[in-house]
Amino acid sequence: MSALLEVQGLVKRFPAGGPVWRRRYVHAVSDVDLSIGRGQTLGLVGESGSGKTTVGRCILGLYRPDEGLVRFDGRDVAGLRGSTLAEFRRRVQPVFQDPYGSLDPRWTVGRSVQESLEAHRIGSVQDRRDRVRELFATVGLDPALGDRHPRNLSGGQRQRVGIAAALASEPELIIADEPVSALDVSVQAQIINLLQRLGRDLGLAVLFISHDLGVVEHVSSEVAVMYLGRVVETGPTAAILRAPEHPYTRALVEAIPHPDPSRRFRHASLAGEIPSPVDPPSGCAFHPRCPIAQASCRIQVPELEPVGEDHLAACPVVARVTTRPTT
Amino acid sequence: MTRTTGPALALDDLRVSFPSAQGPVSAVDGVSLELRPDEILGLVGESGCGKSTLANAAMGLLPESAEVSGAVRLGDRDLTILAERDLRRIRGDEIAMVFQDPSTSLDPVWTVGDQVAETIRAHRDVSRREAKARALKLMREVGIPSAEQRYGEPPHRMSGGMKQRIVIAAALANDPAVLIADEPTTALDVTIQAQILQLLDGLRQRRGTAVLLITHDLGVVAQVCDRVAVMYAGQLVEVATTEQIFSHPAHPYTEALLRAVPGTGEPGAELTVIPGQVPDLAAPPVGCRFAPRCPFATEECSIRPPLEGDEAHGAVACWHPRSRDREVTAR
Repeated sequence: MSALLEVQGLVKRFPAGGPVWRRRYVHAVSDVDLSIGRGQTLGLVGESGSGKTTVGRCILGLYRPDEGLVRFDGRDVAGLRGSTLAEFRRRVQPVFQDPYGSLDPRWTVGRSVQESLEAHRIGSVQDRRDRVRELFATVGLDPALGDRHPRNLSGGQRQRVGIAAALASEPELIIADEPVSALDVSVQAQIINLLQRLGRDLGLAVLFISHDLGVVEHVSSEVAVMYLGRVVETGPTAAILRAPEHPYTRALVEAIPHPDPSRRFRHASLAGEIPSPVDPPSGCAFHPRCPIAQASCRIQVPELEPVGEDHLAACPVVARVTTRPTT
Repeated sequence: MTRTTGPALALDDLRVSFPSAQGPVSAVDGVSLELRPDEILGLVGESGCGKSTLANAAMGLLPESAEVSGAVRLGDRDLTILAERDLRRIRGDEIAMVFQDPSTSLDPVWTVGDQVAETIRAHRDVSRREAKARALKLMREVGIPSAEQRYGEPPHRMSGGMKQRIVIAAALANDPAVLIADEPTTALDVTIQAQILQLLDGLRQRRGTAVLLITHDLGVVAQVCDRVAVMYAGQLVEVATTEQIFSHPAHPYTEALLRAVPGTGEPGAELTVIPGQVPDLAAPPVGCRFAPRCPFATEECSIRPPLEGDEAHGAVACWHPRSRDREVTAR
């Protein structure tokens, strides 16, 4: 079965000043491949500047990729026009960190959700009212809250409205960018449960973008880890958290503050800072901070190579060590 | 500076309320808490539970409109009744604070080094040269690479993690007995957060500074705190060692909060949610403020339970505490 979403060789740069003949660029995303099957959830993890949000926005068509392609249900998204583009937008929907930004403050939230039905030309006027009530019920909101304005809802309630608006067009893929990061722990738990239930009940595929490995471990069985615009490791979440291969993933996993005092940080944490994506380090972008970097890491951009079952890592140093016994 | 054997900082039945259109909002309701010398005490709770109000009250940073009663004792002085002039002498000297966003704590047009040196000169009669030498030493201590070069940089040239290190250096400049850190790592990336937490822990061990670490993140608490105080809707519901809190939470709210954290249970399993909503603090429930959301609540809970317990098991404010081995003896 072919994947619902396939991203191949995605590159996105943003101009960052400098004269025209020597324009500087933010290398936000460099050569990223991803794939998500129907009903599958993929976690996309990284820190600031890793490019995870840009990947999500390229998939949604909010940014035009500089290179590479985004294929949805077998069709290149860049070539979509008119009704096929409208159809794509109906089938792929975003959920953002705080829907405050995407809900019109002057409108009642019920009207905002109804607007997404209208935008996709779904149902008659009367049908839409009923559908809004249904959507509110689906996301666990009292339909009476539809008469309120966004400012009169709690953060958790607003996020439910954001999800209701995303579900209005009956999408097949949700791009959720840090959907629970702005929420308190107990509310976060409600939204995570909701997203998981919807994924199951509606057969939704989800790209779950987050900086929080603990949340990703909970919601997705597959994960891709990004560092400075590239995927450095991808595979089953459980395997990667148990035995991370890439030195960056290893540092990231070790830095998770586990809510368990018997699992305190054991190692000195990763030294140094995330370099600027305007002028990323040559070769493997992680080499200046990497404890096992070799001379070649400064020159060669490493490719993702198998290090386990369905498990890839972009580090020739660990790949050599891991694959030696089997080759 | 004098360090007594008693608590570094003691809150005694602290109450803070703010006026609002709906009547006074009771943000902190009768909190008594002791911060011991050289411990890191975590103060945990969700948005609006009063943890930041409590910190600001301890620093004397509440707005004029706030209604404050009770005491905040630093040594033998009560900070709630000190004049602003005296408070200013104490803040940045005996008690210091680190906020979530380091950009707002630093002056954008000054060099970061001068800001650390200025904190010293504001409280100590030393020459500029001496202040600079001490500032450089502090910058090295908080892990700023090539401190001499970075001394003359403005804040905007530094990353969030580096700025937070500068803020910590300034806070420690006069060797305070108490450091209040309000969500100091919340705005930082996880690898940088780990660095800052390790830095705070190391500083506490080397200098014996008592740290009140305010956070919503139970992971952060588990990593560095010796003891934990849990707040709900302006009240302290539980105080115990970190090990006790995580292995045998006694208050139903603490227990529910721990179960809501992803990554603790089976991946993919339904997370425990706390039904209902945080109460409106302009009209809070009578008695235990968690009772309306608590599965174990009975009629008794309309009377406010006292925070009771002992050193070994911690203290809990609940008529029906959870873990049996922590059950407080009924009176």
